[in-house]
Amino acid sequence: MHTVTRPIIIFLCLCLALLLLFPMVGSAFYTGLVTKIMILSIFTISLDLLIGFTGLVSFGHAAFFGIGAYLLAILFGDLEHINYWWSLTLTLSLTGLAALLVGWLCIRTSGIYFIMLTLAFAQMFFYFFFESPRFGGDDGIFMMNKPEITLATRQLVDLDNEHDFYYFVLAWLVGVYLFLSMILRAPFGHVLIAIKANEQRVRALGYSTPHYKLVSFVIAGTIAGLAGFLEAAHTSFITPAYLGWHESGMAIMMVILGGMGTLFGPVIGTFIVVLLQDFLPNFTEHWKLIMGGIIIFVVLFLPNGIAGLIYSISNRFFSRENSGREG
Amino acid sequence: MESSFYFIQLLNGIQYGFLLFLMASGLTLIFGIMGIINLAHGAFYMVGAYLCYWLTGITGNLFTGILLAIPLSILVGYAVERLAISYLYRRDHLYQVLLTYALILIANELQSILWGNDVHSVPIPELLRGSVQLTDNQAYPVYRLFISATCILLAAVMYWVIQKTRLGMTIRAGASNREMVQALGININWLFAIVFSMGAALAAFAGMLAAPVNTVYPGIGDNILIISFVVVVIGGIGSIKGAFIGALLIGLADTFGKVLLPEMASMVVYTLMAAVLFWRPQGLFGKV
Repeated sequence: MHTVTRPIIIFLCLCLALLLLFPMVGSAFYTGLVTKIMILSIFTISLDLLIGFTGLVSFGHAAFFGIGAYLLAILFGDLEHINYWWSLTLTLSLTGLAALLVGWLCIRTSGIYFIMLTLAFAQMFFYFFFESPRFGGDDGIFMMNKPEITLATRQLVDLDNEHDFYYFVLAWLVGVYLFLSMILRAPFGHVLIAIKANEQRVRALGYSTPHYKLVSFVIAGTIAGLAGFLEAAHTSFITPAYLGWHESGMAIMMVILGGMGTLFGPVIGTFIVVLLQDFLPNFTEHWKLIMGGIIIFVVLFLPNGIAGLIYSISNRFFSRENSGREG
Repeated sequence: MESSFYFIQLLNGIQYGFLLFLMASGLTLIFGIMGIINLAHGAFYMVGAYLCYWLTGITGNLFTGILLAIPLSILVGYAVERLAISYLYRRDHLYQVLLTYALILIANELQSILWGNDVHSVPIPELLRGSVQLTDNQAYPVYRLFISATCILLAAVMYWVIQKTRLGMTIRAGASNREMVQALGININWLFAIVFSMGAALAAFAGMLAAPVNTVYPGIGDNILIISFVVVVIGGIGSIKGAFIGALLIGLADTFGKVLLPEMASMVVYTLMAAVLFWRPQGLFGKV
């Protein structure tokens, strides 16, 4: 794991400032697109907690994103007024429960088994929504209204307003980032990182590693559910494709491209991949060919992702400042 | 009437299970011997189906089409192993997942460029077009029986190769202890190339056999890939016997699930998997 050095903090603050200023210059379309990217970033950061920090390669993480989105739409989609606090609490606790169940079954295995099990469970949820006519089947499901964020009958944020929604999601992104970096700096996080490095040693030290892995899985699943909740509120339209394994694959791609094991890497990766997905189809309808080529390039030549590049650059230029602090 | 209906479903389930076995046996050997998680295995199924459609169209006969497509698909498998997979042997599973996922994207786009996005059907040859009359109004198509018979034959050949030949001995040794095989002076690169190409060819062959029944369409390999994973997980990684039992279990569960519980047919398969793994996390015949 990398320590967040001062140049990195400056870099992150610059990025945050850019994100804060963006809606003032960007068009409505791009404000919406960046909102979507930030929602997906919350999702990929949560996946990084599993892949990059705990060493659990989940190939079914999109399931929890989709479950969060579907829960909001199924439980509250028909209501005239959706109470934000209630819908968020209920959605997140139920998603967390699903993650607990799936995690409990998957954690008992490791390596290839874990990858395939998470994939298979994600497919199970995919087909559950795909085949059930009650929840819209393969057509998906619409939401009539957006959640209303009120405190003592006063409206705090108007989610129907694209600008408000943008800042609302940005606040969540920053919140999730800070929450996870706090967890990772705590003793709990150090155990997770140690499990990734060498699980047997951690077990030999007397830690019950399955419990740690399960908690990590549940946290990641719940945050993915949060991202799904935000996505459902943003687009008001959910299809089973959200849970599909292509989504899980792209999420892994975003984490690796950005740089796993750093919390900001997945955000960079998400920005690049979504912008490419938006941009490449203008050139050719076979843009996935180019996407595949990029993925292969990253796997072969850039295994530490862009964050890895940033770290090596910052170490070269600021090596005096942080020599010996690299963890 | 009732019993013959279930008999037909039983035959269908077994036939589907056999096809899954062709997919899963290659997948499980590639896991077991090479330690590679190969998401692109479904792409080989797709390649087989499209080659079969293309060559049958050219030659006008399914059998010659398949005979020409088999060496081609072995070549495709060999090329993929040399050009992409061989870089992954020392890498983490994570990168294997990612790279083979990229191969799926590329294979699907190439398919769309070469053959377009239409649904194609492959004609069943005259010889196998009839059906066997079971009762007055229930019949079973001969071609499906042909699929099952071919798969049984192939499974028997595989059993013979793996249990009775020198190559099979090396493969079994590789599945139980890769490092030891290497230490004994067996050229592991050569073994890997053979296993991967054969696995690819088996998957492609499954695609060819199924093409006349299921038609040929974009994304054809994606669904069967995930189901094959389930088969491998249930059977236990690296176990051919496990793949066989798992494939039949899944084939029957899926077919009867569709008949008895049409509302949640696809769930049945995954529930079965969860149940097996709850009981035996390493699969039915997997090593601990």
